[in-house]
Amino acid sequence: MFADYSSSELVAIFAMQGFAGLSLFSIFVLMALGLAIIFGQMGVINMAHGEFMILGAYMTYLTSHVFESLMPGLYGAYFIVAMMVAFLAAGALGAFVEWALIRRLYHRPLDTLLATWGLSLILQQCYRSIFGAREVGVSLPDWLMGSVAITDMIEVPINGLFVMILTLLIAAGVYYLMYRSNWGGQVRAVVQNRPMAGAVGINTERVDRATFALGCGIAGVAGSAFTMIGSTGPTSGQLYIVDTFLVVVFGGAASLLGTIASAFTISQAQSTMEFFLSGSMAKVLTLLVVVGILMLRPQGLFSLKIRR
Amino acid sequence: MRMRDKKATTHSPLRRRLLKGFLALQAAVVLGNASIASAEEVNTTGLAVTEDTVKVGILHSITGTMAISETGSVQAEKLAIDQINAMGGVLGRQIEYIQEDGASDWPTFAEKSRKLLVNDKVAAVFGCWTSASRKAVLPVFEQYNGMLYYPTFYEGLEESPNVIYTGQEATQQILEGLDWASREKGAKTFYLLGSDYIWPRTSNKIARKHIENKLGAKVLGEEYYPLGHTQFNSVINKIKLRKPDVVFISVVGGSNVAFYKQLKAAGIDMTQEKPLFVTISVTEDEILGIGGENIDGIYASMKYFQSLPNDNNQAFVKAFKEKYGDDIVIGDVTQAAYLGPWLWKAAVEKAGSFDIDKVRAASPGIELTTAPEGYVRIHENHHLWSKTRIGKAHTDGQYEVVYESSDLIEPNPFPEGYQ
Repeated sequence: MFADYSSSELVAIFAMQGFAGLSLFSIFVLMALGLAIIFGQMGVINMAHGEFMILGAYMTYLTSHVFESLMPGLYGAYFIVAMMVAFLAAGALGAFVEWALIRRLYHRPLDTLLATWGLSLILQQCYRSIFGAREVGVSLPDWLMGSVAITDMIEVPINGLFVMILTLLIAAGVYYLMYRSNWGGQVRAVVQNRPMAGAVGINTERVDRATFALGCGIAGVAGSAFTMIGSTGPTSGQLYIVDTFLVVVFGGAASLLGTIASAFTISQAQSTMEFFLSGSMAKVLTLLVVVGILMLRPQGLFSLKIRR
Repeated sequence: MRMRDKKATTHSPLRRRLLKGFLALQAAVVLGNASIASAEEVNTTGLAVTEDTVKVGILHSITGTMAISETGSVQAEKLAIDQINAMGGVLGRQIEYIQEDGASDWPTFAEKSRKLLVNDKVAAVFGCWTSASRKAVLPVFEQYNGMLYYPTFYEGLEESPNVIYTGQEATQQILEGLDWASREKGAKTFYLLGSDYIWPRTSNKIARKHIENKLGAKVLGEEYYPLGHTQFNSVINKIKLRKPDVVFISVVGGSNVAFYKQLKAAGIDMTQEKPLFVTISVTEDEILGIGGENIDGIYASMKYFQSLPNDNNQAFVKAFKEKYGDDIVIGDVTQAAYLGPWLWKAAVEKAGSFDIDKVRAASPGIELTTAPEGYVRIHENHHLWSKTRIGKAHTDGQYEVVYESSDLIEPNPFPEGYQ
């Protein structure tokens, strides 16, 4: 199948496919990080993760309108502000949900699945009532549009680069918070042994709430970033939820490193196969590989070695 | 809006007496508002028809994934019903609608259609959007002998006595667009891209046969992505590599937004027409979510665009905006949904009865000179004769009509040589 192309074309294509794979990788990491914290660290199966992302997307939409009408001169900067707004809004909703719903269900992890699924339906209908059933268009500031042409054939989308850098920053931030900060130590202590953590003076309730809020907040930022590449509608969150769980479960639920490794494996497998096969077949094969590996290694790629 | 019947609206005593005499002579002729036949006469099968009202059903998803698409259809059907009522209704009866929510769930559609037909005994149902929902309600409509007016462009391969298809079937929509690309733009190579379900696959099957057998051109690739797919970088790379003259797109739903945004981000300027992008799935409704700046320069092959300049359409757009606000946009399917109540009214008045069997018998040949898209007529096969247009998208989210088929195109749901 390569016979028709010149070698310079082939080089360009592999470079662009490589970039497409990396860009998919950063998207997977970004959408899975929030869930990795909530599902991996807290054991809560948060089916409403996609809706928290879309909350971020809608916040971006609102922020862009506020900037457009009140301070058009600063429009170029709105996206950065929008991401902060998205983080705060999704985090605040997350804290509220944890207080109202999730904290009553820590002893019944499977029930969180049903409760958060119900929550996702409620949120979808709220978005529909507030923003309308139709998708909304989020326009981007000019500096995020277009691409950098490296050669004639190779063009790198700017928003792809932006997502990569954002992912890197957030992943680094999460790593620092979870593994290098005092607060991260508390989170991990609560996860590993809740009564003991309480006994040594950690306020487990507060840690739980903050952890859940952080996970939701990151989902909000992801949703905000995804307005660049995807749709913003009441049910758009559903587009991401399956891939998100796939990445987290495949990586080994309790390991952040696992999440990143799994996002890398799945994204590279998918984008390579997409080039040789049709999109649907690539997806089928990717899922088959994941299922196969999970059969051999049910705990996922990485797992915590702790005494239960 | 006026149908074929010349409305007899004068009420002078002389006119009345003349009419009464006339009635005896030709009882079957419908005389519009001037004379109102009793409910027993116009309804022999126990439908929900009283002396001054008739009930119909509206069955669309107003919750769930499909609400995005179906909202416009609901609005159009309600507008048509309001306008018909303001003109005096159907056979002198005001239309009352019962709206049910299919909730984007196909069994729910079947359940609700049974409720509308069996409990509410509605005289007609305007509804459904996806083929899956239509297939789900079809057995119910055939069992209880209801009448469904279905608005969406779809893949064809169906012809039910209980459905009037007011959208285009695949050959009507596709062939004209491909011919245009080949004739006007000199296209020799095509790349087919769609979401992975029945409509894009059937459409592309027809497109491929037409491209290879009739146009003598080449299909460089045919690809499908799962519904809801959001990453199109690989296929964009393939398009860059293969350099087709035309990319023919039938991607639907949220995937649309992702596809065009990523196309634009990948540095492809769609206004350059290299390649030329022709879609059969993006109406003005979808552009709202995609953003006009992301889709500027693509072409769509459909039967209706909001920008059509004719008088019918001007009036329709004005009425629509008055009812639903200035920001509203109207897509192909919304217009097709608007035709439903009008076609039903014309058929009922031609039949002089609400009975489903009589309405069905009266339907073929019904014409509508007041349709926003222009003139349409119901074919023997329950689809509409209609024109196909090519529109070019602009940043304001509207299409500019650049081509219109000279004649009405015959609906051909079972196209020979394309299977």
